[in-house]
Amino acid sequence: MPRDELGVLSEIKRSTILRQIKSQKRNDGRDLNTFRPITVQTGFVTKAPGSAMVQIGKTRVLAGVKIEEGEPFPDTPNQGVLTTNVELLPMAFPTFESGPPNENAIELARVVDRGIRESKMIDLKGLVIEPAKKVWIVFIDIDVLDFDGNLIDACSLASVAALKTAIVPGSTIGQKDFQLPITCTPVSVTFVDIDGTLVPDPDLEEEQVSGARITVTTSEDGKLRAMQKGSVGSLSMDQIKGAISMSFNLGKELREKYLR
Amino acid sequence: MILVGTESDIKLFNEDGTRIDGRTVEELRPIKIETDVLNRADGSAMIEWGGNKIMVAVYGPREAYPKHTQDINRAIVKARYNMAAFSVDERKRPGPDRRSMEISKVISEALTSSIMVEKFPRAQIDVTIEVLQADAGTRIAGLTAASVAIAAAGIPMRDFVVGCTAGKVDGHIVLDLCKEEDNFGQADLPVAVLAKSGKVVLMQMDGDLSEDEFNQATDMIMRATKRINQLQREALTTKYSEAIAGGE
Repeated sequence: MPRDELGVLSEIKRSTILRQIKSQKRNDGRDLNTFRPITVQTGFVTKAPGSAMVQIGKTRVLAGVKIEEGEPFPDTPNQGVLTTNVELLPMAFPTFESGPPNENAIELARVVDRGIRESKMIDLKGLVIEPAKKVWIVFIDIDVLDFDGNLIDACSLASVAALKTAIVPGSTIGQKDFQLPITCTPVSVTFVDIDGTLVPDPDLEEEQVSGARITVTTSEDGKLRAMQKGSVGSLSMDQIKGAISMSFNLGKELREKYLR
Repeated sequence: MILVGTESDIKLFNEDGTRIDGRTVEELRPIKIETDVLNRADGSAMIEWGGNKIMVAVYGPREAYPKHTQDINRAIVKARYNMAAFSVDERKRPGPDRRSMEISKVISEALTSSIMVEKFPRAQIDVTIEVLQADAGTRIAGLTAASVAIAAAGIPMRDFVVGCTAGKVDGHIVLDLCKEEDNFGQADLPVAVLAKSGKVVLMQMDGDLSEDEFNQATDMIMRATKRINQLQREALTTKYSEAIAGGE
């Protein structure tokens, strides 16, 4: 992930963060295992059949869902199509550039996509108009507006919130509009390793001093749906198991508070 | 063999506890690793893992280019995972796609954790992984071979990176998924670790797994990586013992 404008975090800041973690406190004063304040505002873009503006601390993203008719993939003739894309906008951070998505944006979009796809959150079989010929294609496009760490959880929270409100525009093809068929609510929780301690929802400064990152996406039936270890650095299997059990708890909390 | 149909049409797990290709739940496919298979590269390796055939070349450390990519404190590791157009049943359009870019990124990060990158400021180590024939588990096979190729290039490393996948088919946790199990199974968990410490440097998962199933899968993977690491070591030492024998 990118650094600040100078590409480095001052040594003083770095040692402060490490010292606070040792005394069970975070950079911004929160407890070790809590998220920053979250707001979710659905229906932000009325042109989109589903949308959500999400803030986690000072990170802000907007997900828009568009649903259009198109062709199914040849190997899944009886299923709708899901695609996910993330734009790291230049307005969000000094070193973000416009242009085709780089590997950070691609990994981000694919991790968000995997949680939604593998949990089978959207019943894609319910999106067939004419088998093998015409299906509904669900486009999730996410604009990153303001970057202060933990984009994965912000983007997946925004996507899931937007999907839950999305309407399939059946009326455009002479049928009835209907609610996008949703089967469950996946929630991702991302941790970073700071000097041996795994903490959820890192802000940018914490990301800059951290080693390995791990994202765990769970669904309400108590199942793991997707995982991704990222960044340079390693994690012990015990750390990973700790992250998994914590992500079930935090995921439940986020689901009940923000995705009802 | 090309299978047509959906999940429900295909039986992946037999009544006698064996799998679609006859293996037991914790049996690896045959693995063969060879080093120095290429002439030009600083280090190289070829891995055959089941039906996978993957070649890896390493160049460097050399000056990082373009210059703005240089890190004044350490070498950057640039792995490029690529599937040949002819490597899969249906022709794959050549060139990088979103999947291969993500895989290249996680492989680069995993290798960086094992290499003494701090010894080579401003340098770059290029690792090109070419999947000549794909048969499930290519990212892990490619990464496992890459670690051998880096050792063969004489680049200082803390440890080997060694990986294996596990997954769930017909409700059973099994090691080292084959193509049909990968396509029609319920979960896929590729993991790579540092061989000695067992610390995880790559982990991805998709599908559905309970916590118990995850623990069962990772236990299998950890046991398997010990065996695969032995093959990595043998691949290196064989080459040197051949060289010594040839010199006499």
